[in-house]
Amino acid sequence: MNEMTTIAPTTTVKDWESDQEVRWCPGCGDYAILKAVQRTLPEIGADPAKTVFVSGIGCSSRFPYYVESYGFHTIHGRAPAVATGVKLANPELDIWLITGDGDGMSIGGNHTMHFLRRNINAQILLFNNEIYGLTKGQYSPTSREGTTSPTTPLGSVDHALQPCVFALGAGARFVARGYDTSKNLPEVLKAAHAHQGAAFVEIFQNCIVYNKDRFADFTEKAVADQWQLWLKHGEPMLFGSVKSGGFKGIALDTQRLALKVVDVALGEDGKPDWQAAGVLVHDVTNRSVAHMLVELPMGLFPVALGVIYDDPKPTYESAVLAQDEVARQGKSTDLAKLFAKGQTWQVTEDQGPLSGV
Amino acid sequence: MASVVEAGVQDRSTDNTPEAVVVRFAGDSGDGMQLTGGQFTLSTALNGNDLATFPDFPSEIRAPQGTLFGVSAFQINFGSTEISTAGDQPDVLVAMNPAALKVNLASLKQGGLIIADTGEFNKRNLEKAKYEVSPLEDGSLAKWKVLAFDISALTMESVKPFGLGNKEALRCKNMWTLGLALWMFDRDRGPLIDWLKGKFAKNPVLADANIAALNAGHAYGETAELGGQVRQQHIPAAPQKPGLYRTITGAEAVSLGLVTGAKLADLPMFFGGYPITPASAILHYLAKMKEFGVTTFQAEDEIAAVASAIGAAYAGSLGVTSSSGPGIALKGEALGLAVMTELPLVVVNSQRGGPSTGLPTKTEQSDLYQAIYGRNGDTPMPVIAARSPADAFECAIEACRLAVQFMTPVMLLTDGYIGNAAEPWKVPDPATFEPFPVKFLAEHNNEGGKILPYKRDENGVRPWIKPGTPGMMHRIGGIEKAKDTGDIDYSPAVHQMQTDARKDKIDGIANHIPAQEVSQGTEGGKLALVGWGSTFGPIHQAVRRARAKGQDVSHIHIRHIWPMPANLGDLLKSYDKIIVPEMNTGQLKTVLRDQYLVDAKPLNKVSGQPFTIAEIEAAIDAALA
Repeated sequence: MNEMTTIAPTTTVKDWESDQEVRWCPGCGDYAILKAVQRTLPEIGADPAKTVFVSGIGCSSRFPYYVESYGFHTIHGRAPAVATGVKLANPELDIWLITGDGDGMSIGGNHTMHFLRRNINAQILLFNNEIYGLTKGQYSPTSREGTTSPTTPLGSVDHALQPCVFALGAGARFVARGYDTSKNLPEVLKAAHAHQGAAFVEIFQNCIVYNKDRFADFTEKAVADQWQLWLKHGEPMLFGSVKSGGFKGIALDTQRLALKVVDVALGEDGKPDWQAAGVLVHDVTNRSVAHMLVELPMGLFPVALGVIYDDPKPTYESAVLAQDEVARQGKSTDLAKLFAKGQTWQVTEDQGPLSGV
Repeated sequence: MASVVEAGVQDRSTDNTPEAVVVRFAGDSGDGMQLTGGQFTLSTALNGNDLATFPDFPSEIRAPQGTLFGVSAFQINFGSTEISTAGDQPDVLVAMNPAALKVNLASLKQGGLIIADTGEFNKRNLEKAKYEVSPLEDGSLAKWKVLAFDISALTMESVKPFGLGNKEALRCKNMWTLGLALWMFDRDRGPLIDWLKGKFAKNPVLADANIAALNAGHAYGETAELGGQVRQQHIPAAPQKPGLYRTITGAEAVSLGLVTGAKLADLPMFFGGYPITPASAILHYLAKMKEFGVTTFQAEDEIAAVASAIGAAYAGSLGVTSSSGPGIALKGEALGLAVMTELPLVVVNSQRGGPSTGLPTKTEQSDLYQAIYGRNGDTPMPVIAARSPADAFECAIEACRLAVQFMTPVMLLTDGYIGNAAEPWKVPDPATFEPFPVKFLAEHNNEGGKILPYKRDENGVRPWIKPGTPGMMHRIGGIEKAKDTGDIDYSPAVHQMQTDARKDKIDGIANHIPAQEVSQGTEGGKLALVGWGSTFGPIHQAVRRARAKGQDVSHIHIRHIWPMPANLGDLLKSYDKIIVPEMNTGQLKTVLRDQYLVDAKPLNKVSGQPFTIAEIEAAIDAALA
């Protein structure tokens, strides 16, 4: 996001809806994400004239057409590179990068890596449905091993990529996770927007046609509190409930230097006694723990959600601007002087050439 | 070529001083030959000669010492008359080792002078150059004049007082040689000494050693008995238009032209680039010109370089990217996006030998098809080609003008030869350029309705709307779009209409560019040589000589490759015969045949070396026989 220097206009959810008919499949998780974004924008005081949605290619990348702001639907995988140019040309613009697991992690993985490494101030929303939707159901780099698809009729054999692991590896200073229908998604988006720098948000998204209910194991209401670990800075890493068979927490296995799940008993006050169980308190600036959280294997551990890591560093565009300004100080912008730089010589009318300077 | 003054055809003036001399410095790629050539060029320019240079070096940065493939050469043609090529055959070959002699001997003019460093003609180096016996001793060089002496030892001697190590001392060899060359052509050492002092400001000992070597080489020429083979020559200055001059390479000229173009358009410039030979020099120059509103960005790859430039153009900057053929291929899809979204963009292609990695440091003109046709879909884009280093300046400005006036990407073609070669350039007065300031859409163009980002004007051009402008929010993208609104629409009639509209817009540019001129000769006649790009020099000289012999031949050189000037078809049809000399297998020839149904005949060369004048003269003779 940007430091707001002017008071932004007050907007409503309606103001962020474009006149275009939304053309995702009925029931697609993208609808819920679109709504969450449109709900977030008024709350953060965003100005439609200064907001730019940039996307690549894929189902998710149709997103900009549906938001009443500036928008650029670019080409497959290249949205981070286009957004880099937009931001360097006008750092005042507030950029939302919309991408998917194929667009951002496969064909555009290189650009995503460098966008994060450079730390360009923007929000990156990666819709992860673990499948290629727009091209009709081929497996993607985030598809789990054994995924059968038109291109892997016998099941995929390559190891799945984990976007948040990739992001941290590329040097991201903000990594968060959410899922399409989560009521917490706007809060995650707000935190991403508040972060000064490249804010990477992986959003698990249900592709109801080609990969239906892929994330139901942890998103279904009935299992949510056992399999979702919502992280909040300064609060213990607790999940579960009395109803679902007790509270649990995440603690550090000091022998193996890995995370482990511990049972958390209720204290005398009837609240979970997480301290006694050695449950970790979430610190968004702890990069080592962030690495462990994003690598927790699904099925054995709950899925870490919310803001996993948030520790800002100077942005690329601010460094470029500062450097350019210094480089420009006191320098002549006279073209005539520029042309005549270096060793020159004068040719006069009567005598032809003359000795030089 | 510098300011053109038609010169006579005789090779020598009455007092037997040659009008022009070609010198080729050749040595190991670590011997500093490019630097020697560059400094000799400067001294030549200061002497008032017209000149053209041809740096010819291997792609290996430091090839193994003494090898044939590690030879680096720098050729300069200078004279008291108009010079437009680096010269067919050297008059003087400076060979710093046996390999340099072997590689460059074939092109040396009969009776020409060889200056060789005997210190390097030892057994090991002779073996590396695949000589069984030293050519300096077996009489095989009889048809040339040979001046062989131990430059290495003489250099060591001259820098002895400075206490340099062996290696460092020998590094001064190139300055010793340069000193001798300066003596041969009666040049002032002053500017060079100043330059050395500046270059080694942080290491005065090295500066002094190099100056001592330079002086020693000069003194050697003055005092030594050179066996009467070499006499000092003074090549008088070439007549030039009055004014201030400097030397310029194509890469410098493109950079200055882009900066000027951005200023005339009243825009900041964003340059996204990725290192590639021979295009990187443009990024290097622009990275040092921030004060002219330039932002440079070294992207992670060629695609990101062009994509970032497109993003910057969308945000209201003059987006520029540059590369060579392989990189342009990678940019192809993004160029389609720029065509589809109708955003201005300048794309510079410094062509090199292809296909694939091809000949990275050698010159070729084989990306013409790629420039005109090399994208998916019907994707028309203006293409401009520079003919010389100095011409690249104007071409870069023209590319900027077309890009912003017609909301389109524009391809500017140069090549490795133009990029690296230097020639005198008459420093222009910026006040004489006509500005073409960009007007972003500031007022809603459909009051009460939705903004119309694709509403075309009388030239078919859409408005440029900067994000950040209140009340004009809209979306653009690579999908086919409805008339005016730009909303997604891929119905059959809409795609037909928009494809036609994009084509008509680019075709219409033909009415906004200068008519094609005949650069030498007459409108109509027996034969026209039609060229483009860096073949200008040899074609020009060949036609000049042919016309002096009385042959009916004219020279047409096309700058606007796409769309072509409106009068070009009629002009071509006014000649009986057409020959198209190109450093490819016949690309412009094919385009001319396609566009005008004329019987254009190819004359092709793809050796990585420019045409010689003689090759083109022979083609003229054959056509008119």
